[in-house]
Amino acid sequence: MIIQFYVNGAKRQVDAPPMKRLLDLLREDLRLTGTKEGCGEGECGACSVIVDGEVINSCLVPACQIEGTEMITVEGLAKDGRLDPLQQAFLECGGAQCGICTPGMLIAARALLDTCARPTRDQIKEAIAGNLCRCTGYVKIIDAIEQAARAA
Amino acid sequence: MAVGQNVYRKDGHEKLTGAARYVDDAALDRMLVGKTIRSHIARGRIKAITFDPAYDWSRVIRADYRDIPGKNYVALIENDQPLLAESEVRHCEEPILLIAAESKLLVEEAARHIHISYEELSPLLTIEESLACAEIIYGTDNIIKRFLIGRGDIDEGFEQADRIIEGEYRVPHQEQLYIEPQGMIAIPRGEAMTVMGSMQCPYYVHKAIKQLFNLSDEQAIVIQTTTGGGFGGKEDYPSVIAAHAALLAYKARRPVKLIYDRAEDIAATPKRHPGIIRHRTGVRRDGRMVASEIDIVFDGGAYVTLTPVVLSRGAIHSLGPYRCDNVRIHARAVATNTPPNGAFRGFGAPQVAFAYEMHMEKIAAEMGIDPLELRRINMLREGDITATGQQLKWSVGAEEVLSEAVERSAYREKRRSISEANRAVQAAGAEDNKRRGIGLSFFLHGAGFTGSGESKMKARAGVEINAEGRPRILSGSTEIGQGTRTIFCQIVADELGASFADVDMEEPDTSRVPDSGPTVASRTCMIVGRVVQLAAREVKEKLKRFVAERYAAPEVELIEGNFVAGGKRLAALSEMAREYIAQFGELRAYAEYASPPDIEWDEENYSGDAYPVYSWGAEVAEVEVDMDTYEVRVHKITVAQDIGRAIHPILAEGQIEGGTLQAVGYGLLEELVWDRGRIINNRLTNYIIPTSLDTPEMETIIVEKQYPHGPFGAKGVGELPMNGAAPAIAAAVLHATGAFINEIPVTPERLQSALEDS
Repeated sequence: MIIQFYVNGAKRQVDAPPMKRLLDLLREDLRLTGTKEGCGEGECGACSVIVDGEVINSCLVPACQIEGTEMITVEGLAKDGRLDPLQQAFLECGGAQCGICTPGMLIAARALLDTCARPTRDQIKEAIAGNLCRCTGYVKIIDAIEQAARAA
Repeated sequence: MAVGQNVYRKDGHEKLTGAARYVDDAALDRMLVGKTIRSHIARGRIKAITFDPAYDWSRVIRADYRDIPGKNYVALIENDQPLLAESEVRHCEEPILLIAAESKLLVEEAARHIHISYEELSPLLTIEESLACAEIIYGTDNIIKRFLIGRGDIDEGFEQADRIIEGEYRVPHQEQLYIEPQGMIAIPRGEAMTVMGSMQCPYYVHKAIKQLFNLSDEQAIVIQTTTGGGFGGKEDYPSVIAAHAALLAYKARRPVKLIYDRAEDIAATPKRHPGIIRHRTGVRRDGRMVASEIDIVFDGGAYVTLTPVVLSRGAIHSLGPYRCDNVRIHARAVATNTPPNGAFRGFGAPQVAFAYEMHMEKIAAEMGIDPLELRRINMLREGDITATGQQLKWSVGAEEVLSEAVERSAYREKRRSISEANRAVQAAGAEDNKRRGIGLSFFLHGAGFTGSGESKMKARAGVEINAEGRPRILSGSTEIGQGTRTIFCQIVADELGASFADVDMEEPDTSRVPDSGPTVASRTCMIVGRVVQLAAREVKEKLKRFVAERYAAPEVELIEGNFVAGGKRLAALSEMAREYIAQFGELRAYAEYASPPDIEWDEENYSGDAYPVYSWGAEVAEVEVDMDTYEVRVHKITVAQDIGRAIHPILAEGQIEGGTLQAVGYGLLEELVWDRGRIINNRLTNYIIPTSLDTPEMETIIVEKQYPHGPFGAKGVGELPMNGAAPAIAAAVLHATGAFINEIPVTPERLQSALEDS
């Protein structure tokens, strides 16, 4: 089926099977490979993207459900070569190590800061509870999100 | 200076913008998708393999062991693990066949049309079953490897003791759970084979591919792609996946991508070795240990793989950071019909650390000595001698880390006030069914290969400077998230007086970088970092000699990117590099690792300097136990680690925090469930690792007792944090509830049964 939607502000159109996973559609059809697969069953959050303001696991969403939506992926966070304050804070605080969970973390954090400008540490922990990281122990990720919120 | 500064990591920008390319992000023309067909039984003979005759096999590439041009073994310590099973299978998930097709959908469909029948044999699935020898599956007694470490006179020691205290401790499998599943792409090019993918050790893969395909050094090319975590899990197994992809590519004459999904990754790849560790300790009334007998048994799984070296590290670390003049350590690894266990951060040490630290708690309780005091009485200090007879010559931060962790956490004060509060709650029979507890652990970790490993390995690395004056590091050490690329650049920048921004590292590609040894064993910074520093020094000397000659200056110095003689600036580094290259073609130097002087190791008797130096750690955990549900929550961890020198403090803290949380998972949450040799919770829905909500508040203290032979004084940092959390948490649970934990993870079920026993 033909599906039309917006990704990172640009209008896109793809011809894909209706039950194709949004994750595969992004990675294969649009070659937006920043969105990662860690488990394929909605547990790790590496495939998180923002759809109409909500964070979703793109491995659990079929292509047919995204018609007409507006989507943000990690590739859409930096604008005109300028890093998003969250990306900058991750760089400064050491929020990324191996980097595989980072796109999903940034997406979950972006959605949090879009709705809650000054979150507490507990609110930050809650917001990224669906995003697994095995490298950092989360400490520097939480620090980075706090710093980005302060900087905004 | 770049060393000691929190410069931005070199791979930061690409990882934060989604631009970093991991193996699954690559799309090549004509690339097929591969799949591994595995054993469903733990032990047996393959009777028949049937390919459904009604199915259209023309679209599918099939390969089995007969297609392997060279020897059917995955090169590692011993040639015992076949790349593909021939007639017998020795564990569930053992690879038997390989298939490839145009799409994932098609390859999955084809897999459903393959049927394998077996003659099943009775498997050995646990350490106890293997030791009982009802079946013999390895050698004559199922023992893969045995070590004996002895010092002093153990009988004499026990005679001097006022009390003999015994304990048995059990530790489970643990899954590395890097978030990027394993995967490889193989590309055939004429006689040559290129493989690229997620890995820690390009030269391990290189060696395996060469042997399997009869290739020369040049014909096998291995390239590491951006790697989404390893933790040891990508030390040996990538050789298997690379060779599987390569065999399919070899048959298809097309590129083949072989990516595991999470379920396959957990089910088939190596885990941390489970173990049973027994301590029998002779103690004097004043708390001094005078005899220590330790028996270790690890489950190696179905093939040798890395088990002998894991066992060796476990045995050497099994007395912990303690002094005892009469020691006997007997360590064995047994074979079972389970997937081979392998490398996981700590490599045998976290297992024995749980045992020695819980045993210290037990001794403290039985002798009526404060647990902190008991550790101070027995702790190793500079000049002391370890279980292998090694005299600690330098960089012993034991005292400092213990003091820092205790002071910063207010351990003594909290221990007292919590004890009083718990007693009050109990006495009042209050409704509040929460108990708090605080416990500590004290540990060490030897950095680099064990014994003569590093002097045999002779790690190599190089540095070249291009015509623009930009230094480039040539090393097979990999960036897997821990920061190799960044810290190597910091080391080289400072050695050359160049700017950090100008230095970078060559992509790890065996056709372009030398063998620096594997990226394991907390050796990357301390061992390879040192070699990189020496290579930089060598290239600098080359250029200094050149400049001295050119300007007829007797003494030339390189200061902040400029050559200077007698206080006068002669020329910029970039200028001289350009001239040198114009004249000689290239400006490059290599260096090789040499052990520090006076380091001696006796492989035969397992005695001497087991490691050139140790890193030291102490950790305090504060927990709350719900006495209705037996759930344990860790509120705070204070951890102090002596790592010699933090080349990059934020990266070093990141190692400590991340390793500590993995150890919280080991101690509290992570448990694999087995059914007839098969893992049944091989998914992220039921193998539980810590989330952000499980993260305690962490206070990290870096102690810097510089190591004279490390780059800028640095020692190893990667594995040490894995040793501390499990025993610290169990000690805190003991303090909170009185339940003595001798097996992890401390699940509510296990805590309930420990409480019933106590």
